[in-house]
Amino acid sequence: MNLLEKLDAVAAARIAMLPEGIGAFGVPIEEVYSATEARIGDRRVLLLGTNNYLGLSFAPECIEAAHHALDAEGTGTTGSRMANGSYQGHRALEQEFADFYGCSAGIVFTTGYQANLGTISGLVGHGDTVLIDSDSHASIYDGCILSGAEIIRFKHNDTVDMEKRLRRLGDRTESTLIIIEGIYSMLGDQAPLAEIVNLKNKYSCTLLLDEAHSLGVLGETGQGLVEITGLQKEVDFITGTFSKSLCSIGGFCVSNHSQLDQLRYVSHPYIFTASPSPATIASARAALVLLREGKDLRKKLWQNCTQLYAYLNEAGYKLGPEPSPIIAAVLDNPKQALRIWQSLLENNIYVNLILPPAAPDGKSLIRCSVNAAHTTEQITYVGDIFSKLQDQIIEK
Amino acid sequence: MTDNDYEEIMQLLCDRLSSLASSEVTITSDTNIISELSIDSIKLLNLIMEIEDSFDISIPINALADVQTVHDLANLVSRIKSDQ
Repeated sequence: MNLLEKLDAVAAARIAMLPEGIGAFGVPIEEVYSATEARIGDRRVLLLGTNNYLGLSFAPECIEAAHHALDAEGTGTTGSRMANGSYQGHRALEQEFADFYGCSAGIVFTTGYQANLGTISGLVGHGDTVLIDSDSHASIYDGCILSGAEIIRFKHNDTVDMEKRLRRLGDRTESTLIIIEGIYSMLGDQAPLAEIVNLKNKYSCTLLLDEAHSLGVLGETGQGLVEITGLQKEVDFITGTFSKSLCSIGGFCVSNHSQLDQLRYVSHPYIFTASPSPATIASARAALVLLREGKDLRKKLWQNCTQLYAYLNEAGYKLGPEPSPIIAAVLDNPKQALRIWQSLLENNIYVNLILPPAAPDGKSLIRCSVNAAHTTEQITYVGDIFSKLQDQIIEK
Repeated sequence: MTDNDYEEIMQLLCDRLSSLASSEVTITSDTNIISELSIDSIKLLNLIMEIEDSFDISIPINALADVQTVHDLANLVSRIKSDQ
């Protein structure tokens, strides 16, 4: 099979799985009206397929900050920080993230994906080991592969399984990096951080926590899982993204280890890429202020999460183990999942469709992302439609 | 590695792979795991965790880059088993 025939095989597999109707992947969004509404085709739809957890995508403070940065510093930096220099905004945001987490230092990356790629591949290499959750995001898998370290998986959120694998590593645990996530992106469940910290200490490992989906969502000030567990000092490295609760693009890593700064000299995903544009940095900085002060936003977010989770649960959908801004209905049959996704769109609701092998255990997911800007009426409408589809499609 | 070790590993792999394969296929040591059995990457990674538990070994998933056939996988498991 030649190179292009391999891509033909990908296309054939995709068409076999999604033979009809509007493509569920890369849906064309024609206009965005607000944090909760947009136009897809000729439909004004409710957005439940974004990661805009605090609903800040149109926050006037962020838009104004981005406008100002555009006017003052232009559209792009045109190069890497190593070769072309670090703007004041890059350095300020690094300090602001370090302060936010009570850490001694921070590094900003161009995307959240690169934050994991760059941190992991800078920390571990040949001869080291990474122990990762089986439901880890692709950026974690890819960072581990790039690093050249030996990759061992443990069963999702299963600390008994994790300890079994740590024990097998013997004296290699001292050069082992454990990688987990605050909230997992498929089912919205949280890592059992306290138990994992105990194991990390027992086996003298290093721990990296990705707060991509939990930043802004968990904790009094929105730090994430480290804040609600009070374990900030026990986690060696925290990574995250600006593209979800902060409604910008970029990523970060913070730590109390003085060696963090050396990643700037060894991490290719940090070195060999253009630095974030002034406008994206400025909007992220403004959003971070709103996020830290966003107790009321978090309260509303969690009201919406609890409400929608209860609706779907009552309607009989199989869900993740706990209410979360990510609420995923788990289905055995991809065709059924596609029909529900299409029917939701016909009812002007946009959610995410996730099919195997992207979803865990060969299942298919209808994934809703709830945000603080959704009104109670919007959530009620979505709950009602899901309930009708349960009767029409699943119980048929 | 003894012949008995290899046979034990092959037997376990054939049993597990036949339950994961999407169609009825006779599995031999030359069977290509991905193209002939249509086992996706996640199923294969989960199988590796089961094999680790069965033999109390660690199998880095990077090592799978060189695995195409059932024989390749059996060889990998045998090698790690005898090293640990």
